[in-house]
Amino acid sequence: MTELTTETAGATEAPGTAGTVRGAQERFAPPTRFAVPGRIAVSPQDASVWRTATLTGIRRETPRVSSFRFAVPGWPGHLPGQHLMLRLTAEDGYVAQRHYSIASAPDDSGHIELTLDHVEGGEVSGWFHTVARPGDRIEVRGPLSGFFAWPADRPALLVGAGSGVVPLWSMVRFHRSRDMRVPLRLLVSTRSPEDLIFAREMRSETTPVFTRSAPEGEAVGRLGAAHVAPFMAKQPPGGWEAYVCGSNSFAEHASRLLVAAGQPVERIRIERFG
Amino acid sequence: MNITRGFTGRPRVHHPGLPPGQYDAGDEWPVLSAEVTPDLAPADWTFRIDGLVAEPRTWDWDEAHELPPSAYEGDIHCVTGWSKFGVRFGGVSLDAFLDVVRPHGSATHVVAYAHTGYTANLPLADVSGGRAWIVWEYGGRPLDAEHGGPARLVVPHLYFWKSVKWLAGLRLLDHDEPGFWEGNGYHPRGNPWEEQRYSGD
Repeated sequence: MTELTTETAGATEAPGTAGTVRGAQERFAPPTRFAVPGRIAVSPQDASVWRTATLTGIRRETPRVSSFRFAVPGWPGHLPGQHLMLRLTAEDGYVAQRHYSIASAPDDSGHIELTLDHVEGGEVSGWFHTVARPGDRIEVRGPLSGFFAWPADRPALLVGAGSGVVPLWSMVRFHRSRDMRVPLRLLVSTRSPEDLIFAREMRSETTPVFTRSAPEGEAVGRLGAAHVAPFMAKQPPGGWEAYVCGSNSFAEHASRLLVAAGQPVERIRIERFG
Repeated sequence: MNITRGFTGRPRVHHPGLPPGQYDAGDEWPVLSAEVTPDLAPADWTFRIDGLVAEPRTWDWDEAHELPPSAYEGDIHCVTGWSKFGVRFGGVSLDAFLDVVRPHGSATHVVAYAHTGYTANLPLADVSGGRAWIVWEYGGRPLDAEHGGPARLVVPHLYFWKSVKWLAGLRLLDHDEPGFWEGNGYHPRGNPWEEQRYSGD
């Protein structure tokens, strides 16, 4: 894995006196709290190079979701929570590009995994779910962005819904692969047990919330204050860094629940689909 | 060109307004902010311009609304790949604000910042000369909080991460300083027609 430098998060300078001019050496800091400071420095080189990724395996996760494993020679390494840009090219030169979260934990296997929903009418996810087979080659660039990355330096409270669990699961896998002691918990909202991605791998770190149907004896309902409260009541030293991923409506709902429960806004990072 | 076996893609639509690598989002308007949507009432909204200007100034909601109204009707483009055609934003041209503070001749760039602390850097030339607006209406209605309401910046000729939501101010500088995404590997300028998505594009 590439060595990544953790930036000082939440560092704020006092705002400049009104009208004064800051020197070129002094970085401008807005006179408001920086909601989501970047977690890691990112390499501009990694983001600018397209690499060939060869599909080596497909694993079904749920009726609508599969994981796709790729060999990517030269992959510079990533941290959990980062994403990549992927492109498919048709014979006439038409190109479709999409951002996808990386599902696998960083390792030295030379492989990465993506876990993709089959979106109704989706030109890219449709190709993956109905056409792709091992040996196919696509192109990727990344890893991209540092703000949603988790360098395993702080306790993490992960809150996701549907395929929003994917980048969060990369964090869980990272945590397990290094046998880390830093606290990490996952709250995941899903329609039903059959739709719960990575269900086979989930252990005591995960609390599923079922919105349509639940296993025998478990409650059905939307993620609510009662689900968040136990985590906020028992905070690890230094508190939680919250990572929220899902649709915009879920992200709005979940982030409001966290704020209402006392989680500081500048320690809530949100990745929304779109 | 690296052809992807068996990939055909959606039906080709020739749209001269679509920059390279973009698709038409239709009626969708995805929300991609990285932070919690702030609970910001118009009465609490302010907008300040300072830095390399003759007269730094802060406007409140009512003062900003006293400036001559101006609308942007056209297209917007997001770095994640979607473009949205024929949107209509109502507000005030940023020129009306800049005319009041009078930028110094040495000012070359701005950092636009949000009430959340989000930042984006822009060349001064990209936010002046009728190319940028502060808006509070979308399609004739108040701008939703998740889309940056009560008021956001709109710089439609650049990728939309430059159009800072919940706009709080502009700082004029004599140099370029990366904002939030620009410090996260994204391109310093973000021109969709040159597909300037990431640093080095």
